[in-house]
Amino acid sequence: MLTADRAIALAIIGLSLYFMSHAIALPIGWNGETGGPGGGAFPFWLSLIMALCAAGVLIRSFGTPDDGLPFFDPETIRSVAAVAIALTATIALTPILGAYVSIVLFLLWYLRVFGGHGWTLTLSLTAATPLFLFFFFEVTLKILLPKGWTEPLFLPLYATFF
Amino acid sequence: MINIFTRRSAMALAASAAIAVTAGAPVAAADWKPQKPVEMVIMAGQGGGADRLARLFQSIIQKENLSSMPILPVNKGGGSGAEALRYLKDNEGDAHKIMATLNSYYTTPLRTDIGVDITEYTPIARMALDTFVLWVNADSDIQTLDDWVAAVRASGGEWKMGGTGTGQEDSLLTAMLEEEFDLDITYVPFKGGGDVAKNLVGGHIDSTVNNPSEQMGFYNAGKSRPIVAFTPERIAAFPDTPTAGEEGHDIVYWMQRSFVGPKDMPAEAVAYYTAMFEALSETEEWKTYTEEKALMADFLTGDALQAYFLEERAKHADILQIMDEGSS
Amino acid sequence: MDVLALLADGFATSLSPVNLMIVIIGVTAGLFIGAMPGLGSVNGVAIVLPLTFIVPPSSAIILLAAIYYGAMYGGAVSSVLLGIPGASTAVATTFDGRPMAQQGKAGLALIAAAVASFVGGTISVVLFTLFAAPLADLALAFGPAEEFALVLLAFTTFVGLGGDDILKTIVMICLGLVLSTVGLDLISGQPRLIFGDMPGFYSGISFLVLAIGVYGVGEVLHTIETSKSAPAVTPARLTFRELADGLRRMNRLWKTMSIGSFLGFFVGMLPAAGATPASLMAYGIAKTTSREPESFGKGNIEGVAAPETANNAASTGSLLPMLTLGIPGSPTTALLLGGMVMWGLVPGPMLFIEQPDFVWGLISSLYTANFAAVAINLALIPLFVWALRMPFTVLCAMVLVLCIVGGFAPSQKMHDVWLIAGFGIAGYLLRKADYPLAPLVLALVLGPLMEKSFRQTLIAEQGDMMAFVERPLSATFIAIAVLFFLLPLIKVWRARSGKAAISPAE
Repeated sequence: MLTADRAIALAIIGLSLYFMSHAIALPIGWNGETGGPGGGAFPFWLSLIMALCAAGVLIRSFGTPDDGLPFFDPETIRSVAAVAIALTATIALTPILGAYVSIVLFLLWYLRVFGGHGWTLTLSLTAATPLFLFFFFEVTLKILLPKGWTEPLFLPLYATFF
Repeated sequence: MINIFTRRSAMALAASAAIAVTAGAPVAAADWKPQKPVEMVIMAGQGGGADRLARLFQSIIQKENLSSMPILPVNKGGGSGAEALRYLKDNEGDAHKIMATLNSYYTTPLRTDIGVDITEYTPIARMALDTFVLWVNADSDIQTLDDWVAAVRASGGEWKMGGTGTGQEDSLLTAMLEEEFDLDITYVPFKGGGDVAKNLVGGHIDSTVNNPSEQMGFYNAGKSRPIVAFTPERIAAFPDTPTAGEEGHDIVYWMQRSFVGPKDMPAEAVAYYTAMFEALSETEEWKTYTEEKALMADFLTGDALQAYFLEERAKHADILQIMDEGSS
Repeated sequence: MDVLALLADGFATSLSPVNLMIVIIGVTAGLFIGAMPGLGSVNGVAIVLPLTFIVPPSSAIILLAAIYYGAMYGGAVSSVLLGIPGASTAVATTFDGRPMAQQGKAGLALIAAAVASFVGGTISVVLFTLFAAPLADLALAFGPAEEFALVLLAFTTFVGLGGDDILKTIVMICLGLVLSTVGLDLISGQPRLIFGDMPGFYSGISFLVLAIGVYGVGEVLHTIETSKSAPAVTPARLTFRELADGLRRMNRLWKTMSIGSFLGFFVGMLPAAGATPASLMAYGIAKTTSREPESFGKGNIEGVAAPETANNAASTGSLLPMLTLGIPGSPTTALLLGGMVMWGLVPGPMLFIEQPDFVWGLISSLYTANFAAVAINLALIPLFVWALRMPFTVLCAMVLVLCIVGGFAPSQKMHDVWLIAGFGIAGYLLRKADYPLAPLVLALVLGPLMEKSFRQTLIAEQGDMMAFVERPLSATFIAIAVLFFLLPLIKVWRARSGKAAISPAE
């Protein structure tokens, strides 16, 4: 638990420094000419406070005894990682294969492989979801979802529903 | 998707149906048609003047059936329109994306290097030029441009001019005024034209250079007063307000409202959209709107429009340089 | 008397059978749109405007009001059931709504939300009816200095929102504030923190993206880890008796709800502030004045009622500056305003005089829509609760799909969907390490308002910090803010000194 706590505190310090390095592109001081702080002041000084507090967390961790508990639950961390990876893969595929293919693949994996549901439930949900998305988002709300390579397949649908 | 319409036509449903039949005809003559909904990228956020105008265009197009596919407005106002410009650049050759522009079309790439060259985009049509007027609170004693200049001088640099953000049109116009009269003005940026107008009436700022459409409500209620118009001739809606030229100061500034397409948009598509906007510019709704809101409808297309863009870009480069010199 | 006569005329229109049908359709549609994470009243109002082609303008206004209210009610549904606030106004509802759902009391939380919304909406529409015109002047008196003071006041609700760990709470507040500065610096017009010129950051980081990330994706990951194979939430059942019992319990909350209504209306009326600070302040007040403040955040029904009353009251209040001053306080009112302008109505001080039919038609339809919304919402609660009984692996899959699509829909950028995944994983890790997430999300919402008004004031006053305390309105707000900030500290201090007095005796 302590190791994870320190790693996260360090990561936050790193992030703060990264923000600060970008914030200095704009004036960070009290900008005398316009009155009030410059454009970079808010992000810079707040990042600094963030870094100091995270450093405080880090220093404090050396004074506390380790509770010996693992940060990740060893039984379920594999499931969490699997879902996180599947989600990332789905997002990465969406602009290429289109939302309708990537989401169907995701649901197939999640319901059948990960969730262990039967084919009836899996197939009915994977079929119903894209239909719902198309009619709710595209036809009703007129929000087009990414199509990628599947774009030409949708041209007749556009002609019918718009 | 948004559809906005005039009250008159909404009341006369039968009449609008009749218009739809006739107005559809000239467009149908073109041999290219959009195959999917057309994205209308707006260089500004939701609810501002530019957004409202773009959505008005969209609703007229839909109502008069000027396009075979719906036009879907998408706001990409981030970074003073930089987001929209980059988006258009990334969609080279796309025949289903058009962009509604304003003056940030030139000023944004001039002020920060965002890696776009506006000469690459395909000009489609300029619909109108929006006007600017100098406003003060109706309770103030200022009646003329000379009064205003005297008041600004007397304030010793503490005169508060509200606007929609450094680098926006009203800040350029403020800089032009500072240059012309050798003044020192404090420019206070707000989030939108409506916010600026409200702060003027609430007495939190001393003057503004709003578009007339943003001040119209307060003007009609007698809460704000137009001092001078930055147009070559008087604006029909304010017959008693002189132009800056009449007062002996040749300051003219417009906000252009145009449409462009991405680089290498197919010629058939350009022809289709040009015809669409031409039909739009002849509708009753558009004519009424331009009169009520003190807009100058001035239709321009193709190479003439590109030449206009280049000329305006050069002008804005000069103004921005003056601004930079003033602030450093 | 004049007002009542005008209102009666308005009701004559809004209560016709056709219009009642329209209200029911509008409220139901709004409810489902609002319940979808990522979609809110903006999308609802946007789809309604084209439909106004086929109905007369008076019915169109009623449809708009119905969708607006429906979506406001629906926002609470997503907050309670999924723990994802569908709009920034519903963040405070998750604080106690989500724990209630986890304890199997989702039905009760939804009833509380619906009734509270109804009370808030009704009280504020009455205030609107009576005082619309004079209040417009108050809104005008609000300049940047007052805006800043008000946001500061909303910030005091942070005291107590965070966990016990003060350092980690400050880290999260700062992170939220820094993320809120991404995009364009309004004052200088320069891009900042765009991280190597990524165009996706030009428009800043939207609240929805962070909320869907940490509360949607992050929550799903967290549940997968903690639940093992057990269900995510205690399956909630709802019988008719429980519904009636829930309604009775709302009786005791009249104090919380009346404070929430007045607060919501007045804060919502101020053009820049709107419903989010209102709901946070109502939550803060309910917690501070409660006899058992420690039960807040663990499923206290008052913690659902307070913000829901305030945000509905505020959404009615925000129509006031839109109608009387022509200033939209939110994207939704901006769309309504756009619609009105195109109808040839000029919003502004003259609207009430020149277009009484429109104004009173709208106000009366607010009453009707509010009644319809509470009735339909209560009727649908069993359905919503039933949805929670889906197997956990199905519910999580659906939530993730909604996160992807709902994250893409508002801005139509894949960039935002990537941010959602990133925030989700980061939020999951931070939560495990006991970093509180609510201050992060709220700081992102309030940050831009605070920085903007702070710098505007200083520019206008030539850098004079005294401007904030010299103006009576802003000085009052700052004084209240300081009081709120000190109150819990004083309580802690008194408790400690009490303890210290006892301990030597031990």
